[in-house]
Amino acid sequence: MPAMPLLDIKNLSVEFTTRAGTFRAVDGIDLTVDEGEVVGIVGESGSGKSVTSLAVMGLLGSNGTVVADRMHFGGKDLLAMSPSQRRKITGKDVAMVFQEPMTSLNPCFTVGFQIMETLKVHEGLSGKALRNRAIELLEQVGIPAPESRLSAFPHQLSGGMNQRVMIAIAIACNPRLLVADEPTTALDVTIQKQILDLLVRLQKERGMALILITHDMGVVAETAQRVVVMYAGQVAETRPVDALFKAPRHPYTGALLDALPERALGKRRLPTIPGVVPGIGDRPQGCLFNPRCRFANDRCRIERPALFDVDAGKARCFYPLADAPVGAGEVL
Amino acid sequence: MLRFILTRVSLVIPTFLGVTFLTFLLIRLVPGDPIEVRVGERGIPPERLLELRHELGLDRPLWHQFLDYIGGVLQGDLGVSLVTRNSVFSEFVTLFPATLELAALAMLFATVVGLPAGIIAAVRRGSIFDHGVMGISLTGYSMPIFWWGLLLILFFSVGLGWTPVSGRLDLLYYVEPVTGFMLIDTLMAGEYGAFWSALHHLILPMIVLGTVPLAVVARMTRSAMLEVLGEDYIRTAKAKGLAGKRVIGMHALRNALIPVVTVIGLQVGTLLGGAILTETIFSWPGVGKWLIESINRRDYPALQGGVLLIATTVMTVNLLVDVLYGVLNPRIRHSR
Repeated sequence: MPAMPLLDIKNLSVEFTTRAGTFRAVDGIDLTVDEGEVVGIVGESGSGKSVTSLAVMGLLGSNGTVVADRMHFGGKDLLAMSPSQRRKITGKDVAMVFQEPMTSLNPCFTVGFQIMETLKVHEGLSGKALRNRAIELLEQVGIPAPESRLSAFPHQLSGGMNQRVMIAIAIACNPRLLVADEPTTALDVTIQKQILDLLVRLQKERGMALILITHDMGVVAETAQRVVVMYAGQVAETRPVDALFKAPRHPYTGALLDALPERALGKRRLPTIPGVVPGIGDRPQGCLFNPRCRFANDRCRIERPALFDVDAGKARCFYPLADAPVGAGEVL
Repeated sequence: MLRFILTRVSLVIPTFLGVTFLTFLLIRLVPGDPIEVRVGERGIPPERLLELRHELGLDRPLWHQFLDYIGGVLQGDLGVSLVTRNSVFSEFVTLFPATLELAALAMLFATVVGLPAGIIAAVRRGSIFDHGVMGISLTGYSMPIFWWGLLLILFFSVGLGWTPVSGRLDLLYYVEPVTGFMLIDTLMAGEYGAFWSALHHLILPMIVLGTVPLAVVARMTRSAMLEVLGEDYIRTAKAKGLAGKRVIGMHALRNALIPVVTVIGLQVGTLLGGAILTETIFSWPGVGKWLIESINRRDYPALQGGVLLIATTVMTVNLLVDVLYGVLNPRIRHSR
C-alpha cells in the first residue's frame, strides 16, 4: 500500500458569489501531492490554478465558498479545522510564494521585520536567535550582504531580490509543502531562471513538496515530476511529466505543447489555440474544451466527458490522442 | 530632510503675505470703523471724529496703512488692541491655550472614535455597522456647528442637566493659570474637584467641535482600509498564518494611516475655524470668541494679528504632518 499523500484533495470546488450569480471557478478537481514531490499545475489564465492554490492555503475571501469531499494535509482534515488551528499550519507547514514580488511585501515594514515576523509567530524565536535565523535565510536564498539587507524596505530592492525575500519568508519554518503561484511571471527572463533554480535547489535540499503553478510548459518540463493540466476549473489531464511531454492524451495538452516555440521549429507561424477559456456566463454544453478543439464531434458537444484512465494518468477526453503528437509539423 | 523643511518653510511666506493682506482689506470693507462703532448711535461731532481717526492713523491711504502694518509685523510687532490697549500678541497668547485645549480634545475625540469606527466599517463592509457609521458620519459632516451645539446644550445641559451650559470652569473654583490648559493646571494645583469641573465643561464643546473631523476621519479610514485590504501584501500576511487582528491592526492599518494622517492634518484648519463658532456658543474664553468680539468692535490690529497667528499655527501643523508622513511612509522618507 502506498504511503499516504501529503496533500490529498478529492472533488474540490470553489464558488464565488458575484452580482451576476454564482461562478464556479474550480469544478470538482482531485489533487494529491506526495512528500517531497514536485507537481506542476499548468493552464491558461482563468483556468482556476490560482484559486485552487488559494483554497489549499485557506486564503480565499469570504465570497469564495470551498467545498470538497476530502481536503487533507499531513493526514489532518483542513476543512474541519477552526481558523486558528488552520493558521498554525498556514505559513509554517504550507507556505506560499506569489506572483508579484513588488506588491506582495508590505511597503511599510523592513524586509527583516517581515521575515522575522513569521519566525516569531510560528517558532517563538526572539532576540539574537531570531536575527541570526533571518540572516541565515537571506543567505540561503542567495541575497548578498544579508545582514545589511535586514533593514532594507521592499522598495529599495529589485523584483528578483524581493522574490528571494518572499521565498525566504515561505521557507522560514521549513514547510512540508511550498506552493509557488507563477513565481517568475513578473520577473525578467534572466532572473526567472535564477528564481526557478533557487526553488528547485531548496526543494531538493529540504525535501519539501512543491506545487509549481505556471502557464509556462517549459518551466514544468524542467522542474516537475507530475503535471496537472487545468482547463476552465477542471483537470484536463494529469500524468507524469515524461509521459505527458512525450505523448499528451488530451487535445488541450497537445495544443499547449504545440504552442511551445521550441516544438515549432521550421514552422512559419507559431501554432496557437483559438478562442479563450470560457468565462462566467459562457460555459459550453458538453466538453468544456469543445469549441476550441480541432477534434470535437457531436458527442463532445453534447456529453461532458469524465476523467478517464489513460497510460500512467488520467485525461478528460472521449478520444484521447494517440502516441504520435498530433499536430506536429502542421500549421494551424 | 532639512532641505525639505526649508523648502516648505519658504512656501509659507507668500501664504503669510496673502493672509495678512486679505484680513487687512476685508475687515476694512465692513462698514463702520473702530471709532464709529465705539461711539454708537449717539454720535460725536464730525471734527472730533476726524481727530480721533487721525490719532489712529485711519485717515491715511490704505496702502500706507498696510505698509505700516506689514513693517510692524516683520519686526515682530502685531500692534496693540484698540479696545484694551494691550499688545495683540500677549492677548492672543493668554487666550490661545483655551482654544488649543478644546481643539486638541476635539481632535483626540475624533481620532479615538473615528479611527476604530472606520476600521470596523471597512472590515465588515456592507454590514449594518458599516451602513450605520457611514450614515451617521454623513449626517455629522453636514450638521451646522451652531445648530448642533445648541441642540446638545438643550438636551444635555438644559434638559438633563448633565453638563454645564457654558464657560470653562465652575465659579466655585479658581486655579492660577500656569500652562493655560485648564486640565493640566487643575491637576498641577491638586484641585481634583476643579479638574472634574473643567472636564465637565469640556465635554459638549469637544463633541460639537469634533463632529466634523470625526466624520471625515471615519470615512477616510474606511476607504483607505478598504483599498489596503485588497492589496497583495495583505494576502501575504494571511499566508504567513498571522491572526486577523495582526493582519488588520498592523499590516493594513500602517498603510491605511498614511492618507488618514494627511486628512487629520488638514482638519486642523477646519478645527480652528469651527472653534470660532463653538467658542461663541459655549462662551469659551478662547481666541475664537476673542476674534468674533474683535470683529464686532472693528478692532483691526487684534483681528489681523489673531488671524495671522492662527494661520501660522495651521501652516506649522501642516508642515509637521508632512514630516510625520515621511516617518509613516518609508517610500517618501527615502526619496527626500
